Order: sequence, then structure tokens, then C-alpha cells
Amino acid sequence: MLRLEKRPQPSRAWVWLAPVVAVIATMIAGGALFALLGKDPLVAIRTIFWDPLFSEFAFFYRPQLLVKGAPLILIAIGLSLGFRAGIWNIGAEGQYIVGALTGAGVGLAFYPLEGWFVFPLMVMAGALGGWAWAMIPAVLKVKFGTNEILVSLMLVYVAEQLLASMALGLMKNPEGFGFPGSRNLQQYPSAHNAELIAGSGMHWGVVAALIAVIFSYVMLTRHILGFHIRLTGEAPRAARFAGVNPARLVLICLGLAGALAGLAGMFEVSGPAGRVSIDFNVGYGFTAIIVAFLGRLHPLGIALAGLLMALTYIGGEIAQSRLGLPAAAIQMFQGMLLFFLLAVDVMTNYRLRLTRQEVA
Amino acid sequence: MTAPVLSINGLTKAYPGVVANADVSFDVQQGEVHALLGENGAGKSTLVKMIYGLVKPDHGTMTFQGKPYAPAEPRAARAAGVAMVFQHFSLFDALNVAENVALGMENPPRLADLAGRIREVSETYGLPLDPFRIVGDLSAGERQRVEIIRCLLQDPRLLIMDEPTSVLTPQEVEILFQTLRKLTAEGVAILYISHKLEEIRVLCDTATILRLGKKVATCTPADTTARQLAEMMVGTVLHTPERSGRALGDVALELTELSVRSPSAFGCSLKGISLNVRQGEVLGLGGVAGNGQDELLGALSGELRAAPEMVRMHGKPVGALGPMERRRIGLLCAPEERLGHAAAPDMSLTENAMLTGSLREGLERRGFLDWARAKDFAEAIIARFDVRTPGPGNAARSLSGGNLQKFVIGREVMQRPEVLVVNQPTWGVDASAAAAIRQALLDLAAGGTAVVVISQDLDELMEIADRFGALNEGRLSRIRPTSELNIEEIGLMMGGAHDMEVAHV
Repeated sequence: MLRLEKRPQPSRAWVWLAPVVAVIATMIAGGALFALLGKDPLVAIRTIFWDPLFSEFAFFYRPQLLVKGAPLILIAIGLSLGFRAGIWNIGAEGQYIVGALTGAGVGLAFYPLEGWFVFPLMVMAGALGGWAWAMIPAVLKVKFGTNEILVSLMLVYVAEQLLASMALGLMKNPEGFGFPGSRNLQQYPSAHNAELIAGSGMHWGVVAALIAVIFSYVMLTRHILGFHIRLTGEAPRAARFAGVNPARLVLICLGLAGALAGLAGMFEVSGPAGRVSIDFNVGYGFTAIIVAFLGRLHPLGIALAGLLMALTYIGGEIAQSRLGLPAAAIQMFQGMLLFFLLAVDVMTNYRLRLTRQEVA
Repeated sequence: MTAPVLSINGLTKAYPGVVANADVSFDVQQGEVHALLGENGAGKSTLVKMIYGLVKPDHGTMTFQGKPYAPAEPRAARAAGVAMVFQHFSLFDALNVAENVALGMENPPRLADLAGRIREVSETYGLPLDPFRIVGDLSAGERQRVEIIRCLLQDPRLLIMDEPTSVLTPQEVEILFQTLRKLTAEGVAILYISHKLEEIRVLCDTATILRLGKKVATCTPADTTARQLAEMMVGTVLHTPERSGRALGDVALELTELSVRSPSAFGCSLKGISLNVRQGEVLGLGGVAGNGQDELLGALSGELRAAPEMVRMHGKPVGALGPMERRRIGLLCAPEERLGHAAAPDMSLTENAMLTGSLREGLERRGFLDWARAKDFAEAIIARFDVRTPGPGNAARSLSGGNLQKFVIGREVMQRPEVLVVNQPTWGVDASAAAAIRQALLDLAAGGTAVVVISQDLDELMEIADRFGALNEGRLSRIRPTSELNIEEIGLMMGGAHDMEVAHV
């Protein structure tokens, strides 16, 4: 009989092994799922994990890795700070949308004026928009003790309605022949978040993600704020004894997460997406939660997990178009990753023991 | 003499890196109180866990009532007739006594029947307890009665008690001893773990002393002095803390009508506490746990805020300052709960040194942390306070309670406080470590620090405090010089009013 036995100390090896095992388990279970759908599982797995990087069309897919990975990493870094302190912001998707709206709004307000200052102002507006949206659950939690999980999550749906209203109303392209959606920022040079090196997929959002990874790494290991965040997550009472103000920490963590999610939305709308449209958001804010945990809430882990998740996005699209796999199967495949990670995570604190059934 | 109830033969248990018990053998006779003595880490708890079926021995055998005995789990031990009262209670505050007892039973009877049995047992053994009172409202002594009655309902032949008196007033201790004597008269054997040597001399028939996992002696406590017992435990000659003559300076800390609401539903709010402590003085505050000790520490550490003028440091109002600002002006605290309050269990000692030391030890510059200096600071604490650990990189929870306590107290002492407040500084700490901690507090006072010691250990307070007050229901008794008091008077100061509280209800 198998039995779980608690480890005296969390296993260091399993902390890093768990994501790898989870990925492998996802491949196996996903393969079985694809086989049941009548596809060759090996081909499907290869299409998802191998083709985007090494097939003959890889030159087209590789830049996409950065394009899709950057917003995931940017958002996940912000979320991980709160998660470490036990502050659960589930509404990054909403903060991402609002950041995109405020960022694009500033850009569209300046149209067609050209000037070097337009893009930096958009960046600030994007961060501010995401921050403000995150401040709603933060202030409600601090002032009235509401649950930040519920409030931030519900605000996602409010943000989606706001997006629809903007795409159909205030931000609608006046020269768009009545079609929903804003002007295309890609055609407005001062506001366009263009590739820094042509064909690399490297835009300002990628740079921001990189800076966020380094910034959060330094903060968590070297700065008193990062120390207090970790302390609050591990022993809230000891944190209060050390002098941490829990309310202030809620404001800081939710604020940072919101600002980073807003930035991600702003870089997306001014770059790869180009315009504010009804279906602008594709779930980066939710996927980033998986990325944050897959990366062990560690900045470097999150960078790797973000790229892996981007890979399944791209590979999933290829599998959809080439093998005719339904989109739902791909989403399920991505969901399995978190499912297996949480399951395998048990091994960090417990070990399996074979025991013989005792005769009563 | 009849055959022993429990006979232990060459029990050995090794953990990676340590031998917790090496070849321990002794007998517990029917109807005797058998003391198990030893420093922290001497292997008492491992030994007891083996007897109670929580840990399996590597070698050695046990016989219980003449039969081979190797319990695979506590349920088997209980079925055989072994019961245990743990040091830390496992009771639910929101449930009543009978419900709590029922939760621990295999096949609980109907609550009404159980309540009847609880009444019966409590009357038989002189442990007054109403089965329908909510546990959250009970005093520590009454909670312990719940645990004891829970054990007695199993009709045990051997009762193991781990540090049972550390939370009791002297009067409550006397009641407990009468109960234990009644039990032994019926032939129950009691294995009694305690650090309080005087108690063991009064109560116990035999004592087995462990040091570093080995049995060093079996003796009759009544024929041995407390000092001899302590020296057998430690293996060296023991130093009693010395009080050097001290000149008292100005008033360093002053509380005026301090009232603070407790943040917890079962806590105890502070009601109009006034006191002052001078430089170089040790003020002892006694009282049964749960009478406002945690709240008082919180109000002094800055975790609970009060009106500014309720707390003054050198005359300046500081009642509204947070923990960091109070550290800046030299008001340092060490809370009772080591794991989770004074220290973060999963963080290393270096990180835990940073926890309170960042400001005064210069471990932080403009928000950036100097981990190399934090490590040096942690190593300095470890060296000066003889904290036994492989190094500052180890997690706080890997240390034994006494060692972590030395670290936590040492961390504050080494930051040169102007005022130091400690809550239960030697709770669960062995004799030599406790002596070292008390000496450190006295040395600090000799250097001109005002020290406030909140403790339930009256011997400790008598030993180091210049003046004594008792906390009761969040109020403070009149403060009197310790030299005027004897232990009975102190007991009445802390316990007398407590009985009145029971009468109110």
C-alpha cells in the first residue's frame, strides 16, 4: 500500500523537479487525450513542443515565442510578488485590459501628432491604468476587509464590458466604415510598439519583461521590501512583529501586479495586436497565474515557465490548423499542466512510502 | 515488590546525524511517580514518543504489564493502557469540554452520558470541571484538567505527563499533585517529565536522568538536592545567576492607564495598566497564561497601537509608534511564541537575525540588505548564546525549542536595548540554558537596561526580578518589591483574583 509521509524539511530537489515531472505527465495525459480524439499522439506532441522551434517554418514561429511569452512573464512576475505574501490577485486579466485601454487611449488622443514623447506617455498611462484597476480590490480589502480574490476576479468581467464599450464607442475608428475597433496603432509611428530588431519578435514589452525579472529577483533577494513580502507569506505574525504593515503590503503588491499587467496590455495593444477590439484579450492574465506557479514564484523560473507556456500557445495553434485539433483540447492541455503541477507539488513536502497493510 | 508496569530494555533510536536515545533501560513500578529528567535534546521526548507509539525504536524492547509491548501507533498504546497528557493542549476553543473529549475518542458515547462520566471522574479525582463550559473560556489549569480527564476516561495503567505544571499557579499545582497521588494510590504508574526540580523532589518516587541520549543515573529525588539533580542533567557544575548590586537610573519605560482591545476573540484586553521601570531594574510580571501577557507584549512591541501618551520611553510618548520606530529608540521585545511570532519557522537563522536586527545592527542600507553582515550577526548570536546548530543557514524550525529560545533572546540582547521586554523567556528551556538566559537578562540590567520579564515561572521571577506584579484579567496588581514577598503571597496575587473570576461566572 502506498502512503504519504511528511518530510521534515521541504525537499529542495522536488521544488525544481516538480515542474519537469508535471510537463512530462501533461505530455502523457495530453497524448492520451489526443489519441482518443483520433490523432496520432506522438505527432500532436511533436507539433506542439517541437515544430515551433525546429521545423522548417520555425523562423516564423520563433519570434512569436517572445511576443507571447513577454506579456505572460510580465504579468506573472507581478502576480508572484503578491502570491508570495499570500495576497491573491486573480484579476490580472482585467488590469491587462484596462492598461491596454488607457495606454491606447493616450496614443489615440494624440493622433495624428508625431512626437518622441507619445510612446513614453502611453507606457505611463498603461501602467497607471492597470495600477488603478488593481487599487479597487486593494483599497476595498484594506478599508473593509473584502476578499481580494472575489473582487479582482469580478472586475475582470467589468473590464471586459468596458473594453467592448470602448471598441464600439469612444475609441472606435472614425475612418473604420462603422466596423468595431480602434485605429490601428501599428500605422501610427509615434505610438507603435514596433520590433526593435526586425524579425526577432523583440519589442519594448520583451525589454520590460526582462527588466521586471531582474528587478523582482533583486528585490526578493536583496531588498527589505522583498524580505518583508517573503516573511509575510511564511509567517504573518512574525512579519507584523518585524514591523511589516500588512495594509501597506497589500497596496504595494496589488499595485505592482496591476501596473505590470497594465504595461503588458499596453505593449500588446500598441504592438502585436495593434488595435483595441472586442476580443482583444486572449486570457494572458489568467494563463499568467499558471506561469507564476509553474515557475515556483521565482523570477527566473517564471521566465522559463512563460516561454514554455508561450510554446504551448504557438504549438497549440499549429496543431489546431494542421491537425484539426479542437481549441478546447488545447486549452485542456494547458490546464492539465497546472493540474499536474499542483498534484506533483505534494512531493515537495511529502514522500511516498510503501507500507504493508497491518493486520488489525 | 511486584513486577514493573513498564520495563524498558536497551531502547535505541537514531536520526540522521544524532543519536536521540542510546541503550536506555529503566523500569516504572506500579503506583509510583517516575520522573524523567534531562536537558532539552537529552532524548526525553523521543523516549516518550516510543512508549506512546509515535516513534519506532531501532533496537531494544519494552514490556508492559509483563507482556512484550511494541505499539505501532498511539491507538495501540492507548488500547494497551498508556495515556499521555501533552505539554501543548490539543483542544478546540469554540467547543465545550464534553465535545472536546468526545473528539478524542474512538467510539464516543452520547454526549449526555459522556458528560455524566466526565462529572464522575472529575469528582473522584478532585478536578472540578463543568462538561458544558466552552473551552475558550477556561483557564490554562482547567484546560489541562480536560486533557487529564480525557486520559483518565481510558482507564490507563500508565499516565505520561509532559511538563504539566508549566502553565499552573502554585495553588493549581497543589490540586494536580493531589490528583496524581490519588491515581498512584489506585496503582496507576505516572511517568512525569519536568524541568522543575523542586517539584520533582516533592512529587516523584524515582527519577531517571538522561543526558545526550543516555541514561546517566536513577535516583530517589527526595534524597537528592535540586542542585545535584541539575548537575547530573548538565554533567557540569551549575552557576546560579548572580545579581550584582545595581544603581537604578531614571525611569526608562512608563505605562499610564494602558488599555488595548485584544485582537483575538478569546484574547484578554488590557485594562488600565500603569507601571514604570527604571534603568538597571528588572520588573517581573507574573500571572496565569491568557491574562493579557500576549496583549501587553504586543502593546509594547508596537504590534498593537495605543494612544501615544499611554506608553512613554524616557518621557516621550511612543504608544502610537510601530515596531520599527520603537526599535529605533531602543525598545526591544521577545515574544513568547518562538515559531511563527518571534521567528519565521522556514527561514534560516540569518534571515531570522535580519527580522529584528536590520535597523540597529546596520544590516540594511537604504532598503538594501547586507546578508553578509546578517550572517555575521547570526553567527555572533550563535556563539555568544551557545545555540546548538550546524550553522546560521539552518531553518529556525530545525532547532530544538530551547536552542531557538536562546537565539531569539540573544538576538534582542545583542542589539543593546534601552528597554527589553521578554515574554516567557525560559518556557520549555532546560536548566542550564535557562540559567544562561537569566544571567544575560541580569547582565543587561547591570549595564543600565530596563528589563521587563513576563513569566509564569515564579521561581524565575523571584530569582531575577527586583519588583513583582501580577496580571489578572488584563489588569495589573499592585507592584511590590520581590524581597518583601514569599511564593505563597505571589500565588495569591496571581491566582486569588482568578478564583474570583470563576465565581463571577
